Amino acid sequence: MTMATVQTPPKISAQGVNVFYGDTHAVDNVSLDLYQDEVTALIGPSGCGKSTFLRCLNRMNDTIADCRVSGQILLDDEDIYASQIDVVQLRARVGMVFQKPNPFPKSIYDNVAYGPRIHGLADTREDLDEIVAVSLEKAGLWDEVKDRLDHLGTTLSGGQQQRLCIARAIAIDPEVILMDEPCSALDPIATAKVEALIEELKGGYAIILVTHSMQQAARISQKTAFFHLGQLIEFGDTTQIFTSPTSGRTRDYITGRLV
Amino acid sequence: MTSHILKSYDQELDELKTMVSQMGGLAEEQLDKAMRALHSCDFDLVDEVVASDVQLDQMERDVEQLSMTMFARRAPLADDLREIVAAIKMTTLIERMGDHAKNIGKRARDMALEGPFTVPPLLDSMANEAKMMVSNVIDAYVRRDADAAVDVWEHDEHLDSLHSAASRDILSRMMDAPETMNFMTHHLMIAKNLERIGDQATNVAELVHYAITGRELDQRNTTSAPSITDDA
Ligand SMILES: Nc1ncnc2c1ncn2[C@@H]1O[C@H](COP(=O)(O)OP(=O)(O)OP(=O)(O)O)[C@@H](O)[C@H]1O
Ligand SMILES: [Mg+2]
Repeated sequence: MTMATVQTPPKISAQGVNVFYGDTHAVDNVSLDLYQDEVTALIGPSGCGKSTFLRCLNRMNDTIADCRVSGQILLDDEDIYASQIDVVQLRARVGMVFQKPNPFPKSIYDNVAYGPRIHGLADTREDLDEIVAVSLEKAGLWDEVKDRLDHLGTTLSGGQQQRLCIARAIAIDPEVILMDEPCSALDPIATAKVEALIEELKGGYAIILVTHSMQQAARISQKTAFFHLGQLIEFGDTTQIFTSPTSGRTRDYITGRLV
Repeated sequence: MTSHILKSYDQELDELKTMVSQMGGLAEEQLDKAMRALHSCDFDLVDEVVASDVQLDQMERDVEQLSMTMFARRAPLADDLREIVAAIKMTTLIERMGDHAKNIGKRARDMALEGPFTVPPLLDSMANEAKMMVSNVIDAYVRRDADAAVDVWEHDEHLDSLHSAASRDILSRMMDAPETMNFMTHHLMIAKNLERIGDQATNVAELVHYAITGRELDQRNTTSAPSITDDA
């Protein structure tokens, strides 16, 4: 396994993470370091535990009955499963974007303003306007929606909705952004826009991206992790994984071979 | 390695490999004919050598075309990506081998028109060595044998030393009989052509090794370079 050459400590360090749904061992002893300034792609066949692992990183599995998580996940060296951790606060630091764009049935403005409001990030209406504008700007959506901020978020196109969800995620100024197949419902142009946005955001946030598109992982990630049957098979520099993977299983998966 | 889920992908890759190895075979045959033409002053053989060169050019374009199609259709990765990139680069090298063989053939004709001459035995040794390298590297490619590619790569040194010996020999013959200067110059150029063919075979060996292992040949002994584990 290739070791990270980065000198800075990892933003998130997962150590020996196991996840069970009842008797199903969905994530099997996974250890993985994720760095600020990097996009890490999680790839692997359907059901290999990518989403499950991703959801561990902001404790979204907590709400699933029957789901047990063990091992350690450190965010800036702090155990996010420790008893004193405030989960709402944690999710403000570790934001998430889902496969299907899921704007609230509210105005475009309110979709973005919702997080800053509940987290008390804006003291005045002007502050809030500023946060909404900047977030939409960063999400590359501002020019398209600035004249109709009061329209329902759900009236936007799929690609615009996904960028709205990204704007919503970055409005609360997270440190980490988790994305679970954010482009799987988008056409190539909308996909390119989201990818451009991810490239733009890179540096400010640690971004973890689950994708079924090998080309997408190759295009925008610096690190790639290949999961298979709940285990982390290979983790390393994206270029290395896609040109000369170390594991035969990684190769068979990314080249579309029978396993 | 197991098959692709898409059979047509495997078929295209097989087709690509067949085209490359056929080019290699043709280049080897062309070199053989060029050397025979040199000994026999047979102009028909020279014509065949020149014709093969045209064929090699066409095959190079065909490989390029198929590779482009595969990039567009398959978005190849990992072993497949290395395979296709190696194929494109190999055909360029093989096509150049063909150019050198063609030059030898043309010189055979020029020299025959100038009068009788004898071929220095060291040129034959060089040609045999070069032919063996071309033949073995294509074999290594077809058999997916990275070690055999390393063997070819290591042979280049031997061909280089034969080249120096041949050059010295030809130069000293020239000193002894200055009236043979024209022939000897041709011989020197032929020695250079043969040495270049060996270089190209060596470069092909590097590509074959990289396509198979994912590692550059000159880093094969370093511990940091990963080697694939077939844990599937
Ligand atoms: N809520 C749940 N309850 C029970 N089992 C679950 C639950 N969510 C996931 N699993 C199981 O855990 C395993 C991993 O699922 P997960 O959703 O993490 O896979 P994935 O890699 O994200 O797959 P996909 O690429 O299809 O999204 C699977 O066997 C799945 O059936
Ligand atoms: Mg999933």
